[in-house]
Amino acid sequence: MIVLITSILAITLRAGTSLVYATIGEIYTERSGILNLGLEGMMLMGAVTSFATVYYTGSLALAVLAAMFVGMILSSIHAFLSITMRANQVVSGLSITLFGTGFASFLGQRLGPAENGKYLIGLIGEKFTPIAIPGLSGVPLIGAFFNQDLLTYITYLIIPIAWFYMYKTKNGLNLRAVGDNPQTADAMGIDVLKTRYLYTILGGMLVALGGAHLSLAYAPGWTENITGGRGWIVIALVIFSMWNPSRAIWGALLFGGINAVQFRLQASGTDIPASFLNMLPYLATIIALVVMTWIEKYNKKIGAPGALATSYMRGEK
Amino acid sequence: MEEKQPVPILEMKKITKQFPGVLANEDVDLELFKGEVLALLGENGAGKSTLMNILSGLTRPDSGEIILNGKAVDIDSPRDAMHLGIGMVHQNFKLVSTMTVAENVILGLDSENFVLDMKKVGKKINEISDHYRLKVDPDAYIWQMSVGEQQRVEILKLIYRGAEVLILDEPTAVLTPQESNELNEIVKKMTKEGKSAIFITHKMDEVMNFSDWVRVLQKGKLVSVVRTRDTNPKDLANLMVGREVLFRIEKKKCNPGEVRLEVKNVSALNSKGIEALKDVSFSIRAGEILGIAGVAGNGQRELTETITGLHKVLKGHIFVEGEDMTNKAPIDLIKAGVSHIPSDRVAMGIVGDMSVASNLAMKEYRKAPLTQYGLLHPKRIFNLAKGMIELFMISTPSPNTNVKFLSGGNIQKTILAREIGACRGLLIAVYPARGLDVGATESVRKEIIAERDNGKAVLLVSEDLEELISVSDRIAVMSEGTIMGIVDTETADIESLGLMMAGVSLKESGAKGG
Ligand SMILES: Nc1ncnc2c1ncn2[C@@H]1O[C@H](COP(=O)(O)OP(=O)(O)O)[C@@H](O)[C@H]1O
Ligand SMILES: [Mg+2]
Repeated sequence: MIVLITSILAITLRAGTSLVYATIGEIYTERSGILNLGLEGMMLMGAVTSFATVYYTGSLALAVLAAMFVGMILSSIHAFLSITMRANQVVSGLSITLFGTGFASFLGQRLGPAENGKYLIGLIGEKFTPIAIPGLSGVPLIGAFFNQDLLTYITYLIIPIAWFYMYKTKNGLNLRAVGDNPQTADAMGIDVLKTRYLYTILGGMLVALGGAHLSLAYAPGWTENITGGRGWIVIALVIFSMWNPSRAIWGALLFGGINAVQFRLQASGTDIPASFLNMLPYLATIIALVVMTWIEKYNKKIGAPGALATSYMRGEK
Repeated sequence: MEEKQPVPILEMKKITKQFPGVLANEDVDLELFKGEVLALLGENGAGKSTLMNILSGLTRPDSGEIILNGKAVDIDSPRDAMHLGIGMVHQNFKLVSTMTVAENVILGLDSENFVLDMKKVGKKINEISDHYRLKVDPDAYIWQMSVGEQQRVEILKLIYRGAEVLILDEPTAVLTPQESNELNEIVKKMTKEGKSAIFITHKMDEVMNFSDWVRVLQKGKLVSVVRTRDTNPKDLANLMVGREVLFRIEKKKCNPGEVRLEVKNVSALNSKGIEALKDVSFSIRAGEILGIAGVAGNGQRELTETITGLHKVLKGHIFVEGEDMTNKAPIDLIKAGVSHIPSDRVAMGIVGDMSVASNLAMKEYRKAPLTQYGLLHPKRIFNLAKGMIELFMISTPSPNTNVKFLSGGNIQKTILAREIGACRGLLIAVYPARGLDVGATESVRKEIIAERDNGKAVLLVSEDLEELISVSDRIAVMSEGTIMGIVDTETADIESLGLMMAGVSLKESGAKGG
């Protein structure tokens, strides 16, 4: 039994890793007041470019950089449209997702080698494999944490750093002010537009990195719709986390856990229809949203950044 | 020997700023001397805030020059202003309400450590608090504070940042008299220490008591520069408005008719779940103005909101023209002819992104002639608005201008025009003249009295005792959610009203009941 739980926990962490990166990325973006609904597209683009890169170069480091570069480009477009052009952020974000989804699928059919009909699907490349930490990985339960791939280990660091930076540093304070009340932030000498650009792009890089984890570690290779709608789940996870990076872990664990259980059940040949099991993460998303909104109603302090999804221009009434 | 002419530490020369449709500043000059207070006067919309926003880097002038300590400076952003030692308390507070006092104070400061040392910040805040007798808790959240406390945080920010030139844009408009005094003392102390201040206010006694110079703006132009000791309130008011201002309003004798509003043993909770109204009872007759006096936050908001259907009544009943309207929806009260001029005019009184015309039609649009066959009739709405704009002298570039672009006084006139237009029996006016200049205040008060002479019942909530005495027929004093007593205005005196506001009951205060 303990062995089973340990293995489920290990899968949970693996499944949750991409969610952690994307959730923290989107939390930072939204904390600056920018809503980026382009996550699904950015994750897919991150996944396809990183896999293509690793397939041709064999370098995981280059693959990760390639994903982050693509995330940077896509989120820069969103930043330019919503910050400088002051376009509607929902529309801009959705366009990024539409574009990213379509273009990733296109790349998946064009970037492959000629002998595979230019398809990336079905190919095998380098991947992040679990690195067991001697001594710790054998411990029941706890061991699950210490038999993971490098990208998962990095999340153990990223979560506390992201929390500390947001709540304990000068830059984090300024970031929160920009997203909550840009008029005040501006009057206090903070460069609102620069801050928003910075964190929208940083957030986009993390989101794409989340996508890279899927194609380099969780489900190595490229398949159409490899994200399975994770980009959308992350939008719910951000709300579930109440825009606090330290809570991103719980959402990621919950949804990673449901993934893991679903995976286990399917493997054990249960009678529950597969489509029902596939639905579970999304059902949990809805339930979590309802519960969190309900809690928020009774605790008025925490909540969305006050200026989320609104553009800012100095001196505009 | 000739006496040496003092050199101003700050000069603004020929500042001009054009907004779409409004010339907000035209060739305005300004001089500020070290250790002195300059009072900047002008009607709502005269361009005072614009001029000050130019100094603090929020607005770029179209032309003109700023000279600080003898050197021409370019102020391109609030950051530049801060580095030059210019600090401003804005007319609308610049505070992040989800953050603490300490966090707000250090916001955007380069000089803080990368990893924040909030203990050190708190200590420094406490030192400033002690020095200026400015009571603030560094760890309190802004959203928990009253406006008076928030204003203290604004001042604290200036001091913490070491501003030498202080700009205060109507800092006392929302404060109680005690809080205003406190603030004035702090500014006095700061100027004694060599700092200089520009102070915008509509309160003449403040101008007279503690400014050294007065500059008056009218429609964007500088019309007068005088030494405070060489002038008086009446002259200043006339300079501002460009005509004679009446400080006392003529009013006919009250001729009350039938009871229009009856509030019976009403209790209600506030948004935090604490009892905010305790067993409140009173009634108002047609042709009568009942004033509600009291320090803000003593249940006035809950009282007016229960009557207008915006707040739940816990116990008791509210009758409008004899009909029980307890806990009815706002639309039912609108249909019953109740009009409401809310305290927060921008948040509750208008839809900023809609035109002046749409805002004016907002109560009548459901019915003919503005709606026909279920469709709006834009032409009729436009014409109705044009009439109201003329009648109430609302100054707007056009009826199609978004209402948020108007000045505070004109926004208030828009609300007043709409509410009076739609009023059939009862008018609830909450702080209707708050933050308005003398000219606008006078016209708002006159309109309210005219409504009463038309046979409406009026409930007037105000913090300004002189306003209550000059406008209302009877005055009820509220303290901590209860009515301390109701007095006839003719027999009321400020002192006993003040005592009741502080929680002393009618009998003990010595006033005669009404
Ligand atoms: N950002 C803006 N856009 C357009 N018009 C503005 C803006 N700010 C102020 N105005 C207009 O400029 C004029 C002066 O406004 P303001 O300086 O706020 O006056 P005051 O502070 O003296 O009441 C008003 O007519 C106002 O409507
Ligand atoms: Mg102003």
